[in-house]
Amino acid sequence: MATEAHVQAPETWSPLFGRLTLDWIPYHEPILVGTFSAIVLGGIAALILMTYFKLWGPLWRDWLTSVDHKKIGIMYMVLGFVMFIRGFADALMMRAQQAMAAGGAEGYLPPHHYDQVFTAHGVIMIFFVAMAFITGIMNFVMPTQIGARDVAFPFLNNFSFWMTVAGALLVNISLFIGEFARVGWLAFPPLSGSAFSHGPGVDYYLWALQIAGVGTTLSGVNLLATIFKMRAKGMKLFDMPVFTWTTLCTNVLIVAAFPVLTATLTMLTLDRYLDFHFFTNDLGGNAMMYVNLIWIWGHPEVYILILPIFGVFSEIVQTFSGKPLFGYKTMVWATACIMVLSFIVWLHHFFTMGSGANVNTFFGITTMIIAVPTGVKVFNWLFTMYKGRVQFEVPMLWTTGFIVTFAIGGMTGVLLAVPPVDFQLHNTLFLIAHFHNVIIGGVVFGVYAAVTFWWPKAFGFKLDDKWGRRTFWFWCVGFYFAFMPLYALGLMGVTRRLQSYMDQAWQIYFIIAAFGAVLIACGIACGFINFAVSILRRKELAVGNDPWNARTLDWATQSPPANYNFPQDVVVSGRDAFWKMKQDGFKWSTNYSDIHMPNNTATGIIVAAMALVFGFAMIWYIWWLAAITFIGMIATVIAHTFNYNQDHWIPAAKVAETEAKGEVA
Amino acid sequence: MTMLDTPLTGRVEGPNGPDHHPDHHHASPTPIGFWIYLMSDCIIFASLFAAYAVLGNNFAGGPGPKDLFEPGFVLAETALLLISSVTFGVAMLKADKHDMDATTLWLVITGLFGAGFIGMELYEFNHLIHIGAGPDRSGFLSAFFLLVGTHGLHVTFGLVWLCVMIAQIRMKGMIPANMQRLATLSMFWHFLDLVWIGVFSFVYLVRLI
Repeated sequence: MATEAHVQAPETWSPLFGRLTLDWIPYHEPILVGTFSAIVLGGIAALILMTYFKLWGPLWRDWLTSVDHKKIGIMYMVLGFVMFIRGFADALMMRAQQAMAAGGAEGYLPPHHYDQVFTAHGVIMIFFVAMAFITGIMNFVMPTQIGARDVAFPFLNNFSFWMTVAGALLVNISLFIGEFARVGWLAFPPLSGSAFSHGPGVDYYLWALQIAGVGTTLSGVNLLATIFKMRAKGMKLFDMPVFTWTTLCTNVLIVAAFPVLTATLTMLTLDRYLDFHFFTNDLGGNAMMYVNLIWIWGHPEVYILILPIFGVFSEIVQTFSGKPLFGYKTMVWATACIMVLSFIVWLHHFFTMGSGANVNTFFGITTMIIAVPTGVKVFNWLFTMYKGRVQFEVPMLWTTGFIVTFAIGGMTGVLLAVPPVDFQLHNTLFLIAHFHNVIIGGVVFGVYAAVTFWWPKAFGFKLDDKWGRRTFWFWCVGFYFAFMPLYALGLMGVTRRLQSYMDQAWQIYFIIAAFGAVLIACGIACGFINFAVSILRRKELAVGNDPWNARTLDWATQSPPANYNFPQDVVVSGRDAFWKMKQDGFKWSTNYSDIHMPNNTATGIIVAAMALVFGFAMIWYIWWLAAITFIGMIATVIAHTFNYNQDHWIPAAKVAETEAKGEVA
Repeated sequence: MTMLDTPLTGRVEGPNGPDHHPDHHHASPTPIGFWIYLMSDCIIFASLFAAYAVLGNNFAGGPGPKDLFEPGFVLAETALLLISSVTFGVAMLKADKHDMDATTLWLVITGLFGAGFIGMELYEFNHLIHIGAGPDRSGFLSAFFLLVGTHGLHVTFGLVWLCVMIAQIRMKGMIPANMQRLATLSMFWHFLDLVWIGVFSFVYLVRLI
């Protein structure tokens, strides 16, 4: 992120480096130089350690080029946690700034920098944290829940992941080369058009999201085809675990909504690069069309984030209540209703557009209707717990925290759905408090719950209980400290994205919010300490294949699962397949046969690396490099299609050997 | 499992012979996967059509459809693309009979018609830009160029795929993996035809009335 000096830097262009000049390197910014040095030193240390322990080969062979859905799922989670640190650092910077900058004080972040921080925070948290987390969980859990060996298109899965990484890297590169956008996470024109944002910031935004968006859309196609075609024999749609159902609905939303984002960002890109007039103020552009289009993607997007989490909580509640989920069918139908309704509420994000009372009424009512299926879900979870033998393991702790917090967030959402109220609260901190209330209370709590729940499946040992509880309590209490003051401020009329403000009566609320952010920081730290402590104590925390006495097929595998997941084909009759297998005293037959599996491939990471360079070249107008990498990408993909031997067989003897090992563990 | 029968992988050849392994109870996910992809592509086009509907009358004092579009030219363009769909159909019939040479011939003919379509489109774009009716002239022209151009870009990628497909058929013959790829490409080609019917009707025809 650059200083004011860079904004005024004259735009020069050279054939070799495009518009990239030394002026764009922020070497006189102590915060950035510090961050950069820390990353470089950390990177060098990691390189040395990796070389010393000879980890490069295994990393490349077993992880980076892997097409195994479980490994790809875990890599998504790693990406999510890494980007979480970045996104949360941005949050802390904002909280610190607003706690200081009252009554004429300027704080420590100039507006130019502050605006980049809040934009980066939103973009990173939604696209590279929340999306990475839910895609990771869906990837890891769903195929085993339906008794499959992998997803429908394993290579595509690997490619999707690396495209997401390429987008994430572009956002981070903007920290040290150039600047990031200063236009808010949805980059509304005309502010984000070339007339008002000429630096590379918005271009970083556009190319990062376009490249990551390719990955997301393809991953949606892939997971849908997986659910439709790869289910175990006998598993009907209404036999699928609820998490698989929510994955299905989520991916329908992804496939239906992300193309709109692609089209919209393409239009903005053309406005900026080739003087098109989609969203400009002059020559027939229409900026409100952008706002409409981006929210036609944006509203389904929030359900893309929350639906899989509803699935996670459903699995957890039934497992730790020791009974089948209450109202399975209503849960499925509620999910499907939300899936459809999420497409007819987008205008509630801008009631103030002035579309008239009738239009606002329609969208106000559709928005309120969404509370109905969501309420159905909440009651289903409560009734599942009712008269169950509820075990308050850590995932269940997150679940109860979620139900309470999410219900509050849902209620403020219904408040905002009333257009006259929204006219008062539009773009205030009340809105900010509302969506953090549902996204933290929903998605973040859900991700921690899912990580704690499926960790023993992924690695064969549980996470530490004590540190898990500390993580939860810091997060939960921290959340209320950080966001309840924002509700109050919003009701006082404080707008979002303020770099400084005059009214000193507000300051105490911002200080309380900053305190809450520090508590959350402790929660995040406890989470990472938990990982470290548990990995160190993995021998004593080791558990069997089914530590929670679970109900679905994902627990029928070894822990960690063999790369083929199931030694034999699973045949399913009815819901809660694994529970039934346990009741029947099911054992795998020792009569193994060869298993057919896809080969690992480097094509995904190579093409994504070229996409990264292509994006960088487009941002800096380095046309020759953009042309080379673009052709390179297409050529690599074509070359890949000429390789007809992309799968192998695991011999029966090897399967028997792997299974025998699993028995011992 | 036949999860590996994707257009990017080959036929399942195992120690027990192709596709006869006991755990091969799944149908290939490729057709439905490609259908889902096409539906997502359809939504990209839907967004562009919507943009055209919103901006279609924003001429900003510049030329409008009646000044720019020539019905005869567009009709010829449309004919080329529609015929290419028919010839692709013939190629598929030949492929069904495993007649490699006839399949290749009809694919080449399809490609020529497709190239003719792209050539006419490029000519039209060049002409419009030349007379000062480029995409930077007005919101209407921006929406027009993006919608028609995105379709053209798809056809261009279709042509590249067609060339690759011909090469792969010649190299490997009419093996199951190639048959599946051919079926997928055929879906793509007909899909573009369908989108063009929308473009022809709503971008050109309606605006000329």
